[in-house]
Amino acid sequence: MNIVVLMKQVPDTEAPVEIAESNVAIDTEDTKWAINPYDEFSLEEALLIKEAKGDSKVTLVTVGPDHVAEAIRVAYAMGVDEAIHINDEIDDEVYGAVDPHTTAAIIAAALKDVPFDLIIAGQRAVDDDSYLVPALVANKLNLPIISLVTKQETTDTEINCVQSIDGGTAVVKAALPALITTQKGINEPRYPNFRAIMKAKKKKVDERELEDIGLDPENFGINGAKVKIRSMEFPPERGQGKIIEGSSPAEKAKILVNLLKEEASVI
Amino acid sequence: MAQGVMVVAELFNGSFKKVSLEALSKGKALADSLGESLVAVVMGAAVSEPAKELAKYGADLIVVAQDADLEGYRPCQQHNVLVDIINDKAPRMVLFGATRQGKELSANVSATLDVGLAQECLDLFIEDQKLVAKRTLFGGKIIATVDIEGDTQLATIRPNVFEITEATGAGVVEECAVNLGTVNVTLIEEKVEVSSKIELTEADYIVSGGRAMDGPDFSILENLAATLGGAVGASRNAVDAGWRPQTDQVGQTGKVVSPKLYIACGISGAMQHIAGMSTSDVIVAINNDPDALIFKTSDYSIVDDLFDVVPAITEEIKKLA
Repeated sequence: MNIVVLMKQVPDTEAPVEIAESNVAIDTEDTKWAINPYDEFSLEEALLIKEAKGDSKVTLVTVGPDHVAEAIRVAYAMGVDEAIHINDEIDDEVYGAVDPHTTAAIIAAALKDVPFDLIIAGQRAVDDDSYLVPALVANKLNLPIISLVTKQETTDTEINCVQSIDGGTAVVKAALPALITTQKGINEPRYPNFRAIMKAKKKKVDERELEDIGLDPENFGINGAKVKIRSMEFPPERGQGKIIEGSSPAEKAKILVNLLKEEASVI
Repeated sequence: MAQGVMVVAELFNGSFKKVSLEALSKGKALADSLGESLVAVVMGAAVSEPAKELAKYGADLIVVAQDADLEGYRPCQQHNVLVDIINDKAPRMVLFGATRQGKELSANVSATLDVGLAQECLDLFIEDQKLVAKRTLFGGKIIATVDIEGDTQLATIRPNVFEITEATGAGVVEECAVNLGTVNVTLIEEKVEVSSKIELTEADYIVSGGRAMDGPDFSILENLAATLGGAVGASRNAVDAGWRPQTDQVGQTGKVVSPKLYIACGISGAMQHIAGMSTSDVIVAINNDPDALIFKTSDYSIVDDLFDVVPAITEEIKKLA
């Protein structure tokens, strides 16, 4: 079985983000990058399918600037067979112009010559939280899409999934080729061992530019974006609040509830 | 020629989701500022009766699409029917509640119509007759103002952000012809808990537990949440430890919430957690570590053992009733 995994590199969620001078992008000079957490589930699920079935290939497809190479090394160390990196040459200064519609167009073009039975993507990227790229790729390639999958079983022709929905779960099936998006809980992503990490350093990355896959860069970046960032700001700062003093937990609880009622008027 | 504002309203167990009414209220304000009409869309098995209620929130026209295969979680069918309705009515913009279903449906419509979509918006306004949105990026660490491109601009709105305002609309109900179209995913079974549990993103009160809960017993938090009429949330640590389901997780890798009151119990205050709850109206933190980062974001801080404080708060709130 040929499995394609879509991966995005995003700023580490444990670190703060800074706004660039342009005010439409984040300052990435000191950014620590990581694989989008939901894409780690996708990578793991693809590798689990390959290990269970044998005779399978896992191909990673990612779009982004030069430093995406770091994330590809991690994916290689996890066990990915091949990686295609479309370097969209987007300047870090215009990170904010990276748009789901242009990204999906790039991915669809990159997949033109890649055989696949199944595409696995994260349910969303935790930078722009748009939930869009998988839907757009599925639409462009005319594939069934099953989102937020917590369990799947795949035969050579069909995929059966459990997915989380509002207030519960659904069990669905679709014919292959299909695209699924992963939800937390589907698996526990592996940590590559030292030997795998060293070996991954020697693996080749198939790096291409937009022209290489038949796309005109003029139509990408801010020109192709369907959502354009006008400005960025930090959420309003919350000042240091009140520390509630009291001689016992019961007394503190009483003071708190009184403040919530009288001062904050929320109860 | 595009005209008016459309809002897709979602029914759940026979009543409209709160966020759908919030979307209608915002949609009404936008329609008024354009001097144009507000169109509501309701899809489901038998929805024409409940749909009438939407006149109360200013809907001039209520389009109902009725079919057993539009009831519940039917992303393909609902997408196909909704695209037909949008093509027929040609609204300038379409708003959805940012529910699980709203986010998926809007993304699929964005793909088919090749138009821009802003998810989980905190504010919406109109400039040059086009929709402009404020929305969070990086799970709440940044708020961006974005221009939505395309002939029909799409947006989902974050629950608990917009007020519900009653207004008068003509409320003409129009049943549309339903063509379910190509359905390439087959539903085998749908299990939805018909419980009184309040969805985390829609809750006015959230009591969240972190690592210091030290195990899966969240009963003291559940008691407090029940007393307040709210929901229980959890930090990533608590979810990763297997104490709570993923659907309870608050933060950049979970849900971003904006309740009236957020009570963080035994949560250290990691950046990614703060990002997911910092837009709450009031934040209370309870932690026995006086240096916990969470205290930098809280309006009211209690440095003490949560296992003593939380039950005492529950008792105090019961006294108010």
